[in-house]
Amino acid sequence: MTGQDTAAEPAPEGAWKHLHPATPLLKGGIAFVAVLGFIVAGFRERLVETAVGSPDIDNVVVDIYERGELGLALVAVCAVLLIGVVGFALSWLMHLYRINSEAVEVRSGILFRTNRKARLDRIQDIVITRPIVARLFGAARLELSVAGQDSTVQLAYLRGSDVERLRAEILMLAGGRMPIGPVRGNDPADDPAQAGAAAEIDSVVRIPMARLIGSILLQWITLGLFAVLGVLFAGTVMDQELAFALLLVPGMLAGIGYIYSQVLRSLKFSIAGGSDGVVRIGYGLFTISNDSLPPGRIHAIEVYQSVLWRPLGWWAVRINRAGHASHRGRSRQSAIVLPVGRLADVERVLALLMPGSPTLTIPGAIRAGLIGSAGQSSGYVRAPRRSAVLRPLSWQRTAFAVTPDAVLIRRGILTRSLVVIPLQRLQGIDFRQGPLRRALGLARLRLHTVPGPVSAVIAIPAAEDARDAFAAVTGAIALESRPESRPEEIGAVQ
Amino acid sequence: MLAETVGPWQRISPKYLVLELVSVAVFGVVTVGVTILLAVNTSWGEIFGWIAPVVFGVATVIMGIVAPRRVRAIGYRLRADDLLLRRGIMFHREIAVPYGRMQLIDINRGPVDRMLGLAELKFVTAAASSGLTLPGLPAAEASRLRDRLVALAESRRAGL
Repeated sequence: MTGQDTAAEPAPEGAWKHLHPATPLLKGGIAFVAVLGFIVAGFRERLVETAVGSPDIDNVVVDIYERGELGLALVAVCAVLLIGVVGFALSWLMHLYRINSEAVEVRSGILFRTNRKARLDRIQDIVITRPIVARLFGAARLELSVAGQDSTVQLAYLRGSDVERLRAEILMLAGGRMPIGPVRGNDPADDPAQAGAAAEIDSVVRIPMARLIGSILLQWITLGLFAVLGVLFAGTVMDQELAFALLLVPGMLAGIGYIYSQVLRSLKFSIAGGSDGVVRIGYGLFTISNDSLPPGRIHAIEVYQSVLWRPLGWWAVRINRAGHASHRGRSRQSAIVLPVGRLADVERVLALLMPGSPTLTIPGAIRAGLIGSAGQSSGYVRAPRRSAVLRPLSWQRTAFAVTPDAVLIRRGILTRSLVVIPLQRLQGIDFRQGPLRRALGLARLRLHTVPGPVSAVIAIPAAEDARDAFAAVTGAIALESRPESRPEEIGAVQ
Repeated sequence: MLAETVGPWQRISPKYLVLELVSVAVFGVVTVGVTILLAVNTSWGEIFGWIAPVVFGVATVIMGIVAPRRVRAIGYRLRADDLLLRRGIMFHREIAVPYGRMQLIDINRGPVDRMLGLAELKFVTAAASSGLTLPGLPAAEASRLRDRLVALAESRRAGL
């Protein structure tokens, strides 16, 4: 339908556009150049001989014929190179994109044409990545995810200035029909339309280097790595047989890789909110990434703290969201929206993630959820004493609260965590009771949320509390999902 | 207008018991058969080998006995804004899925289902949650219910 519509009206924003001219080079062309270099290096001797030994360039065909196999090989190499160059050029020519007020569309492919279209009102996040090589060309990659697996629309590569403008444009178009768009006047300078100009994001969180290093060191995986290294070192010093150590190598490499990715994620980390409730997250040193989350796209939030971080009062925040680019291992890392921060940082991040949420205005709701334990309740429904049978250590901290717009789940004694599930994005609720829990008068509640690192299970509530919560939650979802309660959205989102 | 969509708990077709018994029987035949073969063909069969077939046999019989109750425990209820699913007695489970959150509704019919004229509805939301199925519906009712749920889902907000 849009095909004819936009073709009919000569709107400049609806026109098909090309990607950055350096795209083929950046996308895989570098490998191509490397192969070319390899071939040239391998054949250098003979190439030199060929060049020197064949002064009559006019008679190339005769020359090739005279040189026999070598000549044929050269022809083959040249043909491959030519095909490669033509192929890249063609693929660039055929790779087009356009944006109109409804969707982003990408056409690509030479033999097998694909046409991808992402509806703007379904876009879950926008990621701009600037790998170090691409930065040399002033190019950047723009990825749009909509909900679902393999649902990324990738525009790689675009001109740097185009990228920022496009992001602002898409956000503005997408934000126009957001389910919730409470305009937060916290940062008027950071308007998405003008944000393009400002490359630096005004972050609400600063991570000092010392804290960053400390947060990386104070992790079980890092400590484990050091322990293994220590044992190995001690073994070498004492001249022990350490053949078994070879078995640890893959694990150690994986650990190092994990830590490395975390360091990259945390370096130059910034999170900021624009107007319209857009959340912008930036990070990376070599490859600079920039996520923009339209408002209301967050399905679950978890604030957590391992026991190692507790003396320092550090917390981390991660989220579940529907569309996540499953692109080069960023699936899990990209869930983290605060690598490390203090309580005040956490509160600022939550205020960004849940703009205008009544939950955040309930005094003590978040703090009690984070650092509260046995004595304090402040709105939380705690697990009954009898649940100690199932959770001998953590039952005192296990609690939940149903607020007007979210469910808060407090849990964990070693790794403390607080899960916040906005009711607006809750997919379902599941009440379970097996024989053991029935005998104890307990139940198990699970809130269905999109796949991600955050799971929302209330493990050991009293059965009657669980029933109440079930009723309260379904009632609250019903209220906000009724068509008449939000008339302005009908038609915008089916 | 919304009030009319609130209904009482609905049971699924009693014919679903046949399907349940067939799957229990298959389970019994396979497990008991395999363990008997193991008992006969291996050396430890003489002492302990017969425990496993007996255990599986007893389990199969118990499952067969409770099958009617389990089938009766499966139910659904259309409320104003969500669908309630219920199953299990020993392991009781109740799920609420808001209409607006349903992305897809599948109708599945296996061979036994087809013989009995039954169908299974499977609900897909954005969450990776299992067990959002409603088995043992008469085929006509399944498609009627599906159409109704799709219509209800469309009148609600997507929540995604």
